Amino acid sequence: MAREVKIYTTPGCPYCRMAKKFLNDNGVKYQEFNVAEDKAAREEMTKKCRSLGVPTICFDNEILVGFNEEELRQKLGL
Amino acid sequence: MYELVIIGAGPAGMTAAVYAARKRLHTLLVSYDVGGQVLWTAGVENYMGYQFIEGPELMRKFEEQVKQFPLDMKVGQRAESVSRTNEGFEVISDKEETYQSKAVIFATGKRPRQLNVPGEKELLNRGVTYCAICDGPLFAGEKVAVIGGGNSALEAAADMIKIAKHIYLVSLTPLTGDQILVDKVSNASNLTVFLEHEVLRIKGDSRVEGIRIRALKTKQETELDVGGVFVEIGLIPNSEAVKEVIPLNRFGEVEVNCASETGVPGLFAAGDVTNVPEKQIVVAAGEGAKAALQAHRYLQRLSG
Repeated sequence: MAREVKIYTTPGCPYCRMAKKFLNDNGVKYQEFNVAEDKAAREEMTKKCRSLGVPTICFDNEILVGFNEEELRQKLGL
Repeated sequence: MYELVIIGAGPAGMTAAVYAARKRLHTLLVSYDVGGQVLWTAGVENYMGYQFIEGPELMRKFEEQVKQFPLDMKVGQRAESVSRTNEGFEVISDKEETYQSKAVIFATGKRPRQLNVPGEKELLNRGVTYCAICDGPLFAGEKVAVIGGGNSALEAAADMIKIAKHIYLVSLTPLTGDQILVDKVSNASNLTVFLEHEVLRIKGDSRVEGIRIRALKTKQETELDVGGVFVEIGLIPNSEAVKEVIPLNRFGEVEVNCASETGVPGLFAAGDVTNVPEKQIVVAAGEGAKAALQAHRYLQRLSG
């Protein structure tokens, strides 16, 4: 079953790039929101995910802030 | 068993890797990330050959160059300890992998220093950040505090002038950054500077709501109502892994001589983790080259 993975990013953030590269390399489909520009997405990230840091990666009931390859691998079951 | 293990893949470690590979040393490069601190650097204007390049882009080019050569690379692992063995060294990573080698180049760089005040850990990613370039845009239209008085703090403050409602720049010392940056922030109408003030605590439940600061001289305390706290108070060396084999200096740095040698034969160090003055990409890269050439010489002597 394809799960819905959302990643909230800003353009200058190196960990966002690393996280996206990891998702791409592992064939994980995701939706990206640039929260520097997209105010609605920023609101969603801060209110719904209660996060004020990027990258914030949300799927199922998981909210991961920052890029921790091992944790991401585990939670995504890769 | 490797001839050489290089720990750290910033400018020093990656340059060392290229030099080691060209000497055909059986080499392993092990690192948590590829690029180190340069990944957080927006623009680089003083690495020769490029009038302007983004930090991550420069590091991609370094990585490409390393990958031209047949060497082993393990990314995503931090070295937890380096110890001496009869044949050389043993490096144990946080993934519980063990690597043996005859020589080691330690090039693990530095990481952001923390304030160590109440609320800092609890409110990380809830308004407390060490990556202004990452999280700055999230505080558009808000009041924020930037802590620190050096170049990183001034750069963070200068960036926030354009997007935040108001910035409080809080520094323990007079501003120590480059004059060009000091001028930039001094002229901003939405910025207030608190010099010789320390941060006592960061307040907030689910997110940062304010900070409490205190003047060093008068002891007068001030409450600042802010939604974000950018901690930019310098860097500390990632030197814990070698502290059992060599004494560190009072800054926690690995002491090297001009030939990149530590006090332990076969253990070399390069870049920002060392006592070499000037934390610059070009300096770290040069130091990495030196360390690799010295390691090669050492290995030749060992086998000769």
